Amino acid sequence: MASLLEPGVALRPDPMVPRLVTLERTRAETADTFTMELVAPDGVTEFPFLPGQFNMVGALGVGEVPISVSGDPQTPRTIVHTTREVGAVTNALKQLRPGAALTLRGPYGTAWPVEACSGHDVVLIAGGIGLAPLRPVIYEVMRQRARFGRFLVLYGTRSPEDILFAKELSRWRSQFDMELLVTVDRGTEHWRGNVGVVTKLVARAPFEPRETVAMVCGPEVMMRFAVAELRARGVAEPNIHVSLERNMKCGVGLCGHCQLRGEFICRSGPVYSYDRVAPLFEVREL
Amino acid sequence: MHLEDLSRLLSEHPFVHGLEARHVAFLLGCASNVVFQKGDFLFREGGPADKLYLVRYGSVGLQVHFPAKGTHTFNTVGDGEVVGWSWLVEPYVARFDSVALSTVRALALDAKCLRRKCDEDHELGYQMFARIAQVMERRLHAARLQLLDVYG
Repeated sequence: MASLLEPGVALRPDPMVPRLVTLERTRAETADTFTMELVAPDGVTEFPFLPGQFNMVGALGVGEVPISVSGDPQTPRTIVHTTREVGAVTNALKQLRPGAALTLRGPYGTAWPVEACSGHDVVLIAGGIGLAPLRPVIYEVMRQRARFGRFLVLYGTRSPEDILFAKELSRWRSQFDMELLVTVDRGTEHWRGNVGVVTKLVARAPFEPRETVAMVCGPEVMMRFAVAELRARGVAEPNIHVSLERNMKCGVGLCGHCQLRGEFICRSGPVYSYDRVAPLFEVREL
Repeated sequence: MHLEDLSRLLSEHPFVHGLEARHVAFLLGCASNVVFQKGDFLFREGGPADKLYLVRYGSVGLQVHFPAKGTHTFNTVGDGEVVGWSWLVEPYVARFDSVALSTVRALALDAKCLRRKCDEDHELGYQMFARIAQVMERRLHAARLQLLDVYG
C-alpha cells in the first residue's frame, strides 16, 4: 500500500492527500512572524498557485494549519508561506530547521482578481499579517505594470518594528510606479511616517474610485472599516474584494469547520467580492 | 502673498468646500499663509490654542512627550486635513504637541478672529462647528480603532 506521505509524486488528484516537502529556509520577518521557503521533493518540479490561494501546511505529529501563499506565482519551484506564531502548529513550524520535512496540501481556494484589474487603478489595503496573502498580487502587478492604472498599497500595522517585507516594500516604492502608504498605530521617536489606522489612508489616497479594483486583507474588523471607507470614496461593491479567514480543516468543503452560513470559506473563498459577502459582515453571531 | 492667491488657496482646501462665498470671504480676513520646516512646532502642549491650521501640503505629527521615555506620535495629519480644534473650546489651550514631520504648507486661521466672526454670524459659526465636529468624529473613530488593536 502506498504511503500517504510518499515523496516524489507530482500533484495528486486527491486533494486530501498531503505531500512531503522540505524546509529550505526560515526567515524571521518581525518578532512574531516568519517566512518559510519550502521546496518540493524530487520529482515535483513546480507548484503553481494563484495569488490569494492557501495551502494546508502541516508539522508532522502536531497538525495542519491553513496559510496563504506569500511568494511569487512565477517562481513555483519554491513555496513561500509567511505566518504568525500563534499556536501549536505554527510554533512547531517555527522550530523546524532547514532540511526538515513537513506536509503540504493545496493550493486551495479562490484567487485575487488580478486579471480583472487590467486597465483599472489597483488599490491593495493590508492590515498586519494581511500583507502576506497580497504579496503575490504585488509581484503580478509589478511584473505586468503597464496593464494597470495607478497602483497603490495601503498598509497598516502596529509599529514600525512590525512592518512585513520592509526591504521589498522599499525597493518597490523606489521604482516610482507604485504608491506605498504605510501607517502604524504607535510611532516611535525615529518614525517619520504616518501614524493612525490604515482605514484613514483611504480618504486621501490618489485613485479614481469608479475605475478602481480594491483588494482588502486583514482582520475582519479592519476590513469592515476599510470597505466602508472605499464605499464612501465611491468604489463599487463588486470591485471590492476581501479575504475571509475561518477555521479551515479539510480545505475542500467537506468537513464544515469553515462554514459561514451557506459558504464553505475554504472552497468558495477565501477571496470574495464584497457584494457577495456583505450580508455576512453584518451578522454578529458568525 | 496676494489676497487673490490666498483666497484661491483657502477656497481649494477641503475644509472650506461647500461654504458660501460670503463665508469664505469672511474667513479670508482671519487667514495667513504659513510654512513650517521639518521639526518646527505648530503648537505645543499647554500653549495657547490660537490657530486653526488647514494643511495644504506636508505631514504633521500630533505628539505627547513622556519624561524619560521620549516622544510618542499618536497621529499624523496630512494634505487637505486640519490641525487644531482647542481654539474652539475654552480654555483655548493646546492639549498636545504638533510638529512638522516634513515641510508643511498651511493656512493659519487666527482663533480670536474666527471666534469673533462666528459670534457675529451664527450661520458661519454653525458651519465651523459642523466641520470641526466632523473632524473630531473621524479622529475619535480612528483613535478607537487604534485602541482596539485591529491588526490582532
